[in-house]
Amino acid sequence: MNILRIIEQLSEVDADVLGRFDSRRAVFKTLGETAKKGALASAPIFVASLFSKAYGQTTAPSVIEVLNYALTLELLEEDYYKKMTAAGQVPTGAPAGAIALILKHETAHVKLLTDTIKSLNGTPVTDTDVKFKESLFPADYATQLAFAQALEDTGVRAYKGQAGNLMSNSALLQVALQIHSVEARHAAHIRTMRGQTPWIPASDSNLPAPLGPVYTGGIREDNVTQSNVNLTTQLGTTYSANDAAASFDEILTMAEVLDSSRAGGLVA
Amino acid sequence: MSNIKQNAGDEAEFAKPLYTPIKRRSFFMYAGATAGATALLLSGCDDDKDEVVPAGTISLGSGDVGVLNYAYALEQLEAAFYAQVKDTPATDFKTNELAYFTQVAAHEAIHRDFFKAAINRDAPGKIIPSLQASDLNFSSVDFTKRDSVLAAAKTFEDLGVAAYNGAGKYLKTPAYLVIAGQIVSVEARHAAYVRDLISNGSFADDSIIDSMGLDKAMEPVDVIAAAQPFIKVKLDATSVGK
Repeated sequence: MNILRIIEQLSEVDADVLGRFDSRRAVFKTLGETAKKGALASAPIFVASLFSKAYGQTTAPSVIEVLNYALTLELLEEDYYKKMTAAGQVPTGAPAGAIALILKHETAHVKLLTDTIKSLNGTPVTDTDVKFKESLFPADYATQLAFAQALEDTGVRAYKGQAGNLMSNSALLQVALQIHSVEARHAAHIRTMRGQTPWIPASDSNLPAPLGPVYTGGIREDNVTQSNVNLTTQLGTTYSANDAAASFDEILTMAEVLDSSRAGGLVA
Repeated sequence: MSNIKQNAGDEAEFAKPLYTPIKRRSFFMYAGATAGATALLLSGCDDDKDEVVPAGTISLGSGDVGVLNYAYALEQLEAAFYAQVKDTPATDFKTNELAYFTQVAAHEAIHRDFFKAAINRDAPGKIIPSLQASDLNFSSVDFTKRDSVLAAAKTFEDLGVAAYNGAGKYLKTPAYLVIAGQIVSVEARHAAYVRDLISNGSFADDSIIDSMGLDKAMEPVDVIAAAQPFIKVKLDATSVGK
């Protein structure tokens, strides 16, 4: 705590003290990224640095990195729904209405995150950097919906995984939470369109790809223990494993989301 | 899209807090979060002693435990509501609806029991009294009618989502924030489900999601004011998170 007090005192006489720390950090970051670029030469520069960042993570990512990560997922979703709309297989009426509404939200999220990153003097990733891989786009409507579910439930888990990294900024944290619950509403609706429960049952963790991996990870969606409390046996009332699993969604880390078995494998 | 453009002015105004660089004080708070969390929690608890709460009013408390009690109160309300839905199902429920609401009832009961266990473990003696059936008031709900049940469920679920979205920033302990995030997305799934039952496609319509694609976030006192008609005992949320 002493070092913090010293910095705080410094900031009173030198308003730019935090900026100095930040730019020094940025120098180290740039050096590190340049060294790693060779490994991912084919990927757009930002996405490449995001990936190496996620995998080489030893310290918490910066706010800009978190926002760019969120923006990457939003761009992936936006492009996916654009492709889905263009493919023309979504039935008119309620299904087309739902996909259009979801696309509208993803576009709004892209704009909001892009504007926010710019306002913080960061460089936002763009739609030229992030596309849904054309070769993986499904030919049939049923599989298109399955991928949509994979993307939405990944989004829910991904935002949740970054909340702790936004605690430094109340306004940003709240906005991230407000996006997070919209993604959950999307996920619930897409799941319903597929005849699934709107919430995630324990069995989803065992589905084949592309869905199954979305529900696995360091903490699987069939997990029944929260904060060291076993929800099936330690609450005074006995609850089923399925209800316990579905009552809490789980996080995915940045590295898990960007893994090739999940969203990372869908980015062109 | 056109909507977004029309509201460009409002949007800039709304997003303003976003454009503010990280405040120095919050940076320090974050940097010292791990070390400071316990201290903040404890100092928050100390505030309780100085509060003057009118007789018959339950203070939710302050600091992180205040936020946990706030969530516990809301989850008790939801759990009691769905227990009733399950026990006296609407006569005109459609196929699968009772089965699904039985699952929702279990989710909310688990949330309620989890908060009770967590608060008693992490902040012994600080938990609010449990809300008994006699403390609640569902007289505005006709449990025999599907429409009435769905309308009330929509109110509770959308309110729950807005409550967690607005309370996240008051939590000082990262682990509690993650827990809140794990629960709020399930509440949002419930909200979407109930809304779709009322009108398919309304899971995230413009009545609840704004032009920036954001769900609602409400302050604790506003949420409690909205929930108070269903709770006979008066709840005081003025110190939650403070």
